[in-house]
Amino acid sequence: MLKTMYDKIWGHHVVEDRGNGMALLYIDRHLVHEVTSPQAFDGLRAAGRKIHRPDSIIAVPDHNVPTKDRHLPNPDPMSTAQLTALEANVKEFGLEYIPMDDVRQGIVHVVGPEQGFTQPGVTLVCGDSHTSTHGAFGALAFGIGTSEVEHVLATQTLQLKKSKNMRVSVTGILSKGCTAKDVALAIIGAIGTGGGTAHVIEFAGPVIEALTMEGRMTLCNMSIEAGARAGLVAPDAKTFEYVKGRPYAPKGGQWDAAVAYWASLSSDDGAMFDKEIVIYGSEIAPQVTWGTSPEDVVPITGYVPQIKSFADPAKQEAVEKALAYMGLAEGQAMTDVKVDRVFIGSCTNSRIEDIREVAEVVKGRKVASSIIEALVVPGSGLVKYQAEEEGLDQILVEAGFEWREPGCSMCLAMNPDKAGAGEHVASTSNRNFVGRQGPGARTHLVSPAMAAAAAIAGHFVDVRDL
Amino acid sequence: MEKFIKVSSIATPFPRVNIDTDIIIPAKHLKSIKRTGFGEHAFETIRFTAEGARIEDNIFDGEKYKGAKILITGDNFGCGSSREHAPWAIAELGFRCIIAPSFADIFAGNCVKNNILTVELPQEQVDALVIAAEAGHQIHIDLNEQTVCCENAFYEFEYNPTHKEMLLGGLDEVGQTLQSGAAISAYEDKTKMMTPWLYRG
Repeated sequence: MLKTMYDKIWGHHVVEDRGNGMALLYIDRHLVHEVTSPQAFDGLRAAGRKIHRPDSIIAVPDHNVPTKDRHLPNPDPMSTAQLTALEANVKEFGLEYIPMDDVRQGIVHVVGPEQGFTQPGVTLVCGDSHTSTHGAFGALAFGIGTSEVEHVLATQTLQLKKSKNMRVSVTGILSKGCTAKDVALAIIGAIGTGGGTAHVIEFAGPVIEALTMEGRMTLCNMSIEAGARAGLVAPDAKTFEYVKGRPYAPKGGQWDAAVAYWASLSSDDGAMFDKEIVIYGSEIAPQVTWGTSPEDVVPITGYVPQIKSFADPAKQEAVEKALAYMGLAEGQAMTDVKVDRVFIGSCTNSRIEDIREVAEVVKGRKVASSIIEALVVPGSGLVKYQAEEEGLDQILVEAGFEWREPGCSMCLAMNPDKAGAGEHVASTSNRNFVGRQGPGARTHLVSPAMAAAAAIAGHFVDVRDL
Repeated sequence: MEKFIKVSSIATPFPRVNIDTDIIIPAKHLKSIKRTGFGEHAFETIRFTAEGARIEDNIFDGEKYKGAKILITGDNFGCGSSREHAPWAIAELGFRCIIAPSFADIFAGNCVKNNILTVELPQEQVDALVIAAEAGHQIHIDLNEQTVCCENAFYEFEYNPTHKEMLLGGLDEVGQTLQSGAAISAYEDKTKMMTPWLYRG
């Protein structure tokens, strides 16, 4: 029987088939951070249980960490309590831990791939929905809740129902100025935030093959915004090249065996998908969101839609609420939307390629004087180091950006980096939900290049016109 | 865990689409290292003004739906984050069952672990239940029979049999899986040969 990549990886990890699509599935890799783990460790302690395989875990703090003045005490005692709890838990249970002052520290979804911990064909989980990022390597990677974190710690497995297969093919080539982020937003705009619910999406086609590993990570990162359980890209020579030589990568004779195994994981020609979508890559323009759901997106050449243009009354009501929250009017040109704050970072767009893209746009230019704050937050200490080696930090600072320490930062307002009420934020993160970047903050999701261009212009602008 | 069999109560109608986990519980409130205390911040932007004052007669705190154990809501409920704080917060508001046309996958999974039943019904049936809830009618949900009854309406729903068994039995999932210890060991012995690079030390 012909199989999809998802069928194959799933099949390789079934410990017990329980019928009706249910299985006890083995988990190879587990990333742990400070926010969703303390209650799981407490659960283990309360039941007197051990961690089944400490060697399958890396723990790193990211959500709560401040991105500046780290030598000072953390201003938030609740954040400190979570960070301290993680430290105590990794010590008690003997786990690999990357502390805040380590150059490898960063956002879990940047750290995993950098360490070679993320590999094709593995099952990888984390108590964070953007675990879908790791699907860029052909890993079956998905976010789990805290009870499941505890379950994986104790048993190395999860009781799961197999999702359906969906393929999103992106044909043609991307036009200049368009990036993986624009592809991700265009797909979500086309299929909606529930479009991938109950499915695992395999991204395929010439545009996906042409993406770098960083680009594929950006795309798979946002599969959760399309509602999918996970995203997948078939591993290829680029994938193997990226993994090779990293600390957790297979070494010596095991390398060739691993590559042979990884190369066998791609979907069989003619394998059936429950749902197929085709997107024309050459028609994708730089994207920007106008509402409070990632599906509320238009090309930068577009306009805020008319409420009546939506058929569903419930969606009409949601759009009306969204426009009121965002302070936007029907029919307003996206290029007329003023920007108050700029955030470049998050597990979606904080890798070296993203920083290079921003530097290229802002080199020799200045951040508009109307911008309150423009942050660039590298995804890890290693990204920061690499960017500084290339002199990118200098370019950014000269243009008027702040160059910060790695962490989740302004993606989710859990740490000191927040946007104020009513402020429009050009953000490279993944969610434009109400209050996500701070109470009343108005998030517009864009690519790093588009965020950089908005910083210079003081309003949204087509990066292709700069 | 307490067994889940039936719920009968009035219901809170909240027919909005794409309710995300940041609406259910904003990230700034995820800093507790306990499983409790999230209810007071649940649906914060709907229950409180930006200054923190309670909004009069909001559907979650008003007299009309006081004591409701059932929440009726819109498509794609619980989209966004994997935070289990979302079902923890909802449970603390007193809800034991959520009815919607569809749920985000991770959220629905998290509900099972917290003894909350998610019932998927077609949009027109959800619409009818919203009207019944607004009229203050009792809604009766029977997990064993997989039925929802209200006034003259009677609906059946699909539910994952494994999750049903867990809710009906009030099972400890970790304890249950540990009984498969031999199968897990056998799997590891096999994969240590096939993919040895995934094992360290």
